[in-house]
Amino acid sequence: MAARHLEPDTAELRARWGNFAFTKAWEAKARTAIAKYPDGRQRSAVMALLDFAQRQIGEETNTQGWVPIPVMEYIAKYLDMPVIRVVEVATFYTMYNLVPVGRFHVQVCGTTPCMLRGSDAIMQACKNRGMRKGHTSDDGLWTLTEVECMGNCSSAPMVQINDDNYEDLTPERLDAVLDALAAGKAPKPGTQEPGRHTVEPLGGPTTLKAMVKANFDYRKEW
Amino acid sequence: MPKVTVDGVELEVPQGATVLQACELAGKEIPRFCYHERLSIAGNCRMCLVEVAPGPPKPQASCALPASEGQVIRTDSEMVKKAREGVMEFLLINHPLDCPICDQGGECDLQDQSIAYGRGASRFHEAKRAVTEKYMGPLIKTTMTRCIQCTRCVRFSEEVAGVDEIGALYRGENMQITTYLERAAKHELSANVIDLCPVGALTSGPYAFEARPWELKKTLSIDVSDALGSNVRLDSRGREVLRILPRVNDDVNEEWLSDKGRYMVDGLTRRRLDRPWIRRDGKLDAATWEEAFAAVAKINPGKSIAVVAGDMVDCETMFAAKKLAGALGSTLLEGRQTGLDYDCSNLAAVNFNSGLAGIEEADALLIVGSHVRWEAAVLNARLRKIAKRGGKVFLIGPEWETTYPATFLGNDLSVLDKLPKAVTDAFKAAQRPALILGGAGLGRGALGACLAFAEQFKLVRDGWNGFNVLHMAASRMGGLMLGYAQKGGIADLVATKPKLLLSLGADEVDYTKFADSMIVYVGHHGDKGAHAADIILPAAAFSEKPGTYVNTEGRVQLADKAVFAPGDAREDWTVLRALADALGVSVGFDSFDQLRAAMTAEVPALGREGLADYGGLPKAGKGAKANGVIEGYPIKDFYLTNPIARASETMQRCSAELLHGEVFAEAAE
Repeated sequence: MAARHLEPDTAELRARWGNFAFTKAWEAKARTAIAKYPDGRQRSAVMALLDFAQRQIGEETNTQGWVPIPVMEYIAKYLDMPVIRVVEVATFYTMYNLVPVGRFHVQVCGTTPCMLRGSDAIMQACKNRGMRKGHTSDDGLWTLTEVECMGNCSSAPMVQINDDNYEDLTPERLDAVLDALAAGKAPKPGTQEPGRHTVEPLGGPTTLKAMVKANFDYRKEW
Repeated sequence: MPKVTVDGVELEVPQGATVLQACELAGKEIPRFCYHERLSIAGNCRMCLVEVAPGPPKPQASCALPASEGQVIRTDSEMVKKAREGVMEFLLINHPLDCPICDQGGECDLQDQSIAYGRGASRFHEAKRAVTEKYMGPLIKTTMTRCIQCTRCVRFSEEVAGVDEIGALYRGENMQITTYLERAAKHELSANVIDLCPVGALTSGPYAFEARPWELKKTLSIDVSDALGSNVRLDSRGREVLRILPRVNDDVNEEWLSDKGRYMVDGLTRRRLDRPWIRRDGKLDAATWEEAFAAVAKINPGKSIAVVAGDMVDCETMFAAKKLAGALGSTLLEGRQTGLDYDCSNLAAVNFNSGLAGIEEADALLIVGSHVRWEAAVLNARLRKIAKRGGKVFLIGPEWETTYPATFLGNDLSVLDKLPKAVTDAFKAAQRPALILGGAGLGRGALGACLAFAEQFKLVRDGWNGFNVLHMAASRMGGLMLGYAQKGGIADLVATKPKLLLSLGADEVDYTKFADSMIVYVGHHGDKGAHAADIILPAAAFSEKPGTYVNTEGRVQLADKAVFAPGDAREDWTVLRALADALGVSVGFDSFDQLRAAMTAEVPALGREGLADYGGLPKAGKGAKANGVIEGYPIKDFYLTNPIARASETMQRCSAELLHGEVFAEAAE
């Protein structure tokens, strides 16, 4: 978090991104997003548009994408709002990348439940593959970030890679996911625990067992 | 009207009041940082916590809680005391303990409130957060580590100034207040965030490390940088005015002040005329007062004397000069230096009749030839309120960047005769239509056409007068009341070829037209007027003499004397009184009180503080038509409009950096 910063506004940055404009496909999505709000409230669509811009840049650069300053200015103009308000939103939400990232943005959760379930080992596994926190690997494939709780505590530890979560990880399972991604395959998102579908208890419920088959009134036991 | 109980005292509060306001009505002090009367409610400092029943059993932020019937509010309970101590402790976690080197020291809300409501000792032993410096321009000095994120500055620039350029980036403990890409704050009210900042994060750049507030003598005065007559306080030490701060006056400037009014202060000590000068063989030589008066006496003008008043002189000076010219038998007085010659037979026609506060009520507004942002920056913030309430604003004149939605109708004045349908519709539907005529419009002779417009759309109706003229000179309305207006303007003075032209700090006059006259300049700065003068009599700037000023809405206001004029310079009226002796005439006053009494006897309105009554608007002349194109506004450079500002290094830098894009290297620490 503390390392989060805006990419400096340089002439090169302006030259590269100064001419940014939505492609037809993203333009259509942007129009839909704006149309969700009443007339004159178009700036409410700023979060959607920042996301679309990031995705379009992701497609262009074959990465997860990011939002440079000139693109924020483009969106501000698009929505007829002050740039500083766009920058405020973009810097507030960690989902917007303020600096270029790699093909896969590996976000390892290190908050308490994940940590108790072994996120340190997950982080170490990432580092063993040559990733460094806050950096993009030389081949442009991986960017490693440590993030706070992603809300997958019951299937901890987890990482988020671009749009997908990979849960119930061990270093080996993470390696398998990363290898698959590097090979261009699409590993199954969600839990990596064999036999588990979502976050249901493994091997059957351990509480409220009487309710598995039919409703059961526990109140008389209180 | 809800009835609430505050600390056991029952009282009625206005509908829509907040709990904080209810407590204030009950005479209880509620500490606060983010809450400000003139800004929207943010509720993020949590300092205003009180105990309210009914409600959750925890302290509540009173600034954002509406007062409702039957509330029982406690501001003196143990829970409130503990809550305030807790909030204060949190605020101080990341606030550096650098009060000894902080310019806010002695006038710091955080300092005062931590003494009044804090725990007394710190329990925090961890490292404090540090934030990198942010550049906000030549006027605002930042030390963002001290910021407590009240967001007053953000709300001010968004809501009042209308220039969205300050924002809060990042989140949580990394939140930082900054301008976009750390560019300078580029508007005319930018320095007001310094007053708003409750801590020492935003302090005054030019005034950095100059003085402590308790060393300063505070004098109540009036801003002379524009015609609004903003109420100011001069803080002086010894013989120098160190800073100018706005005073609260809801009828005039609320509590804002333009950057020029605030920061031209360092011009008061530079380029000063501190001794008499006499031109000999084309060069100005230093002289004594005796020599100077002897030189004036030698001119022996008789009746052939004319007086031209500058933009910043007070009524007493103008009256003294009028008496002097009158004693010599002349009535050639003029204050409109740049050659304006609008009709002044009825002052209501050249007055800001709605009042500076009243104009906020307008729901349709036409601005003819006025760059309001530069000509009256504080007024522009009020005009913004009209647009925010849904009022329509139209402008005639070259385009400038308004801080609110407005429609430009082109710069050809003939559009007044054939207004677009959108304008006529808006004015026909308006309950309180208003018009503001500025200097550029007056210069093109639009006064008659505007009066016709006022009749056409009934700008004057029950309890409402929407006809306004916006002047730019602090001396203008006072001058017009004292008769400083010739029918043909300054051209009338030129035509008579006076032997002696008495210039009262007039620096905008084209003196080449007075080549045959001896020019006696009574003023305080070595500016354009002094360059053209044959004899210079050094006088006092606005901070160095008591005076009466009338602002553009006809409000008579008094200013006090803060410091003495430098060197041999004297207060203007004493110079003019001595001049009368030198010329061998009697003006009928020997003291300032006698002068003021004589002035009040002649123009009674000048003796009463408050709005002068000019009566009703005159009838528009038949067939009054405006034609002509407004090519530009009289003010070319906001920061350098008067001799004090031109002498000020701060204003010169603002002009170079903010208007002309020069880049200045930051001084190394």
